[in-house]
Amino acid sequence: MKSPAFDYVRAESVADAMSAYAAADGDAVYLSGGHSVMPSLALRLQAPALLIDLSNIAALSGISLDDGWLRIGAMTRHVQALNDPLIAVHAPLFAAAAPFVAHPAIRNRGTLGGSLAHADPASEFPAAAVAMQAELEIASSQGIRRVPADDFFVDIYETAIEPGEVLLAIHVPSPVAGQVIGFDEIARRRGDYAMVGAAVQAVSTDAGLEDVSIALFSVGNHPVRARKAQAALTGRAIDAAAIADAQAALEDDLNPPDDPQFPASMRLHLARVLLGRVLANLEAVA
Amino acid sequence: MKADITLTVNGEAVRETVEPRTSLADLLRDNLRLTGTHLGCEMGACGACLVLLDGVPVHACLVLAVQADGQKVETIEGLNESGQIEDLQKTFHDRNALQCGFCTNGMLMSAHALLAGNSDPSRDEIRDALSGNYCRCTGYEAIVDAISATAEHRLSAERRLSKMKGAQ
Repeated sequence: MKSPAFDYVRAESVADAMSAYAAADGDAVYLSGGHSVMPSLALRLQAPALLIDLSNIAALSGISLDDGWLRIGAMTRHVQALNDPLIAVHAPLFAAAAPFVAHPAIRNRGTLGGSLAHADPASEFPAAAVAMQAELEIASSQGIRRVPADDFFVDIYETAIEPGEVLLAIHVPSPVAGQVIGFDEIARRRGDYAMVGAAVQAVSTDAGLEDVSIALFSVGNHPVRARKAQAALTGRAIDAAAIADAQAALEDDLNPPDDPQFPASMRLHLARVLLGRVLANLEAVA
Repeated sequence: MKADITLTVNGEAVRETVEPRTSLADLLRDNLRLTGTHLGCEMGACGACLVLLDGVPVHACLVLAVQADGQKVETIEGLNESGQIEDLQKTFHDRNALQCGFCTNGMLMSAHALLAGNSDPSRDEIRDALSGNYCRCTGYEAIVDAISATAEHRLSAERRLSKMKGAQ
């Protein structure tokens, strides 16, 4: 289908974008890569009066290392998560997640900021952001604030970004010595939405795993931190018993949706299988 | 409110006045009559509408014409006329890598972009590059064959050329 009619403005600054949003009385949608917005318009799931294109705003671009944190501009394309050397080293879960995100041509346009702000419960980058304990930098008319990824994802397609606010950047703490990561998903077809996915990060020490961070996706309305499974692994070496305990703990961590094609029990089962795979294949990154 | 845009399509400067909701695909097909860019799903799933935007493959159905203002677009017509993909086209034909042909232009775009960055792709890499292109006729195997064979032809041609240079 074709999109409904709308006006279009290419914002030159964040202030510009926010004032265009205010001038439209909120009947506007920000356009980043557009690869979720455009299909939603073609399907007539939304019909804003105005599209505000953010792609020309310099403040949303760039990837830089600053005081142990990698700042990734919200307009960074998916393909950069796949190829950028700074992301590979300092935000390795984004690099590990990128091959699972859609298809090559989509990755050329889709943006990391757009993916996080859209907050599809089946998408990969939000879970990677939660597992890496990233922080999201958001601009409002009051100023700029940083929100931890754990507090950023509120509900299905809902984040801490209030109407009219703009996601500026994603801040990721650099890996520490001994850091290990793992990422995998189960999908019906390559590039399709995950039936269940897992992003894992931990620090491997002589005294076992520390700082275990597990985010599962496609198991609820937003990425779910598996706290019980994290606790089951903390202070232990990764062996069959530790993995089995983490898998068992998912029963308390998850409350997956139930639908006729995909019963909750099946999703829980797949989450356990997947977590087992990811934990058995953790990879050292620092 | 209509917008005036200027872009380069297949090397030629184009000025058009469009509604903001006009997709790049509709601009190419309806305004410029470049109907080699096919529209299947209009939601980024089928890959029939791929074009090169500033050199990289994108879905022309997911880019607004106004977003392409000031940029360079290359369509299948451009690639065809330049002769850049002549061998790829011939091998698609030789290997029966198309039947109805609806998906073929998008397939060629993906294959062209893959081979430009990777002269010796594995079958897995070819499949990954094609993962966003739907074919409902041939079942992909012949398409992967054709791209793989094209890569081999190009590599052996290069080897012959460097041998000739070495002999001189």
